[in-house]
Amino acid sequence: MSKTLFDKVWDSHVVRKIEDGPDVFFIDRHFIHEVTSPVAFVGLKNRGIGVMYPEKTFATADHNTPTWNQHLPVADPLSANQLEALANNAAKYGISHWGLGHRNNGIVHIVGPENGITLPGSTIVCGDSHTSTHGAFGAIAFGIGTSEVEMVLSTQCIMQPKPKKMRINVNGKLGFGVTPKDVALYIISQQTTSGATGYFVEYAGDVFENMTMEGRMTVCNLSIEMGARGGMIAPDEKTFEYIKGRKHTPKGADWDKAMEYWQTLYTEEDAEFDAEFTYNAADIEPMITYGTNPGMGIGVTKSIPMAEEVEGGIATYKKSLGYMKFNEGDDMIGKEVDYVFLGSCTNGRIEDFRAFCSIVEGRQKADNITAWLVPGSHKVVDQIKEEGLDKILEAAGFVLREPGCSACLAMNDDKVPAGKLAVSTSNRNFEGRQGPGSRTLLASPLVAAATAVSGVVTDPRTLLEEVTV
Amino acid sequence: MAYDKFEVLTSTAYPLPIENVDTDQIIPARFLKATERKGFGDNFFRDWRYDSEGNAIPDFPLNDAKYAGSKILVGGKNFGSGSSREHAAWSVYDFGLRCVISSFFADIFRNNCLNIGVLPVQVSPDFAQKLFDAIEADPKTEIKVDLPNQTVTLLSTGDSESFDINGYKKGNMLNGFDDIDYLQNMKEEIAAFGETRPF
Repeated sequence: MSKTLFDKVWDSHVVRKIEDGPDVFFIDRHFIHEVTSPVAFVGLKNRGIGVMYPEKTFATADHNTPTWNQHLPVADPLSANQLEALANNAAKYGISHWGLGHRNNGIVHIVGPENGITLPGSTIVCGDSHTSTHGAFGAIAFGIGTSEVEMVLSTQCIMQPKPKKMRINVNGKLGFGVTPKDVALYIISQQTTSGATGYFVEYAGDVFENMTMEGRMTVCNLSIEMGARGGMIAPDEKTFEYIKGRKHTPKGADWDKAMEYWQTLYTEEDAEFDAEFTYNAADIEPMITYGTNPGMGIGVTKSIPMAEEVEGGIATYKKSLGYMKFNEGDDMIGKEVDYVFLGSCTNGRIEDFRAFCSIVEGRQKADNITAWLVPGSHKVVDQIKEEGLDKILEAAGFVLREPGCSACLAMNDDKVPAGKLAVSTSNRNFEGRQGPGSRTLLASPLVAAATAVSGVVTDPRTLLEEVTV
Repeated sequence: MAYDKFEVLTSTAYPLPIENVDTDQIIPARFLKATERKGFGDNFFRDWRYDSEGNAIPDFPLNDAKYAGSKILVGGKNFGSGSSREHAAWSVYDFGLRCVISSFFADIFRNNCLNIGVLPVQVSPDFAQKLFDAIEADPKTEIKVDLPNQTVTLLSTGDSESFDINGYKKGNMLNGFDDIDYLQNMKEEIAAFGETRPF
């Protein structure tokens, strides 16, 4: 039978098939961070077992780290304790560890690809649902729980039934001011927050083919927000170009051998999917969310749907709008905003900072806006400086913070206060996600920038000059 | 981490008829700072159970005395979406629950529950509504979850529905086994497989 890209990678990693049960599934690369790994190490200790392949696990501190004055001791004792546990566990078992202040430190899903740990055709897991990011390289990558972190540490395997397969095609040319984030938010708004549950998604079509690796990472990152276990894109020349020569990428003869394998990673023409959806690029405009899950998104120029127009229960919908302090039929444009957050594993890459700068250059941050600009890694910081983007930001009244997950999940001090409204380039607008009582509008770096200089939700196309090619 | 065996559970239930309950509600991120697995029950649905001053919200079902002591939670559609934090499943367990019933579960949450001894039971939307209606009419309504026979029954009316679980996971739940024990016993096979991986 003809195989999909997903079949090829999944099937080649099955160690054992259990009848009426899951597959024993081999993991090539395992990322750990300070929040979801400590209990797994306690489990190893209690069982008296070790780490089977320490060289296949990579530790990074990101979820709980401050984004200001990282050279000082971490003030919160609980956070400090988790960071110390990660460092100690990594040292004890011989796992590579990029802790706070390390040159390679940053958000796990940003430093993995940057260092060539993420490879096409590999299987990658981490105790973090946005592990789906790495699917941009043609890897099968997904989030796992802490029990599974312990399984991977001790046996390099997890036990999972093979998910169903979905293909999402987006064809055509994206409009002016429409970014990969908008493509993802549009797809999620069509699928709803649970439409792809039980599936692993392959993204196909010329929109993804034409996307940069950074853009593909943004799209795959958000796969989980429609319930999918992960999403992936077939590797191509752009993929190989991106990974070549990075720290952990195969070199010399190993590279050639790997390339031979990677060239086989595509979906065969008559391969079958369990579900398939096709969208038109021309239907997508800059997006923004208005509710409390990422499926509640609309074009930025649109108004909030009436309860009767949406799928799902009316009580749940009204509860969501009640939390947001919004009304059915409200316009999104012009809503007064308090905070703008640029960063996270979704939009904390160099391209996102370039996009933000393309709007704020020559303008000034609005007085009512508190802006947190948090690069995803030290490498992103370096590149921002190399390109002089830091100067543009500074001149426009913005301050660059230090790398970490930051206000995406507000485990550190970067918390949006109760009742305040944030336009955020991150991935979740759940109740209290950015701090207890905080209200979040998810959007692209362009929408975030336009809002940051205007003080209200703004269509970025009104501030950009259209370049006709 | 072995857990208590799960065979047949008969209990009243907490009703939570809200859709898309995400794991940030089940346990907010600020309570994920522990390095040991204990005490997560206190912060189960923290921001829905308590106001910003820390006062219990009395009419929230988990605080409502008429449901107290239930071992089952009946949730709305798409329960447990979002973050992969196993802390969400731990908080369910630590709060004293052994079973969550919903018409639809998010994948990772379902998987995490099965790995720690909480049984996720997926029922039809109609049956879920029957459960909500029965609990609303009488909070002392008992639900029987029978894992060996894979049935869930509303005892007051006798309404019953079967549910799916794969044979392997069912065996684990019935015996209190976990995947790590299974994997530990096939390490040689895994090592041989590992030899064949190119990177």
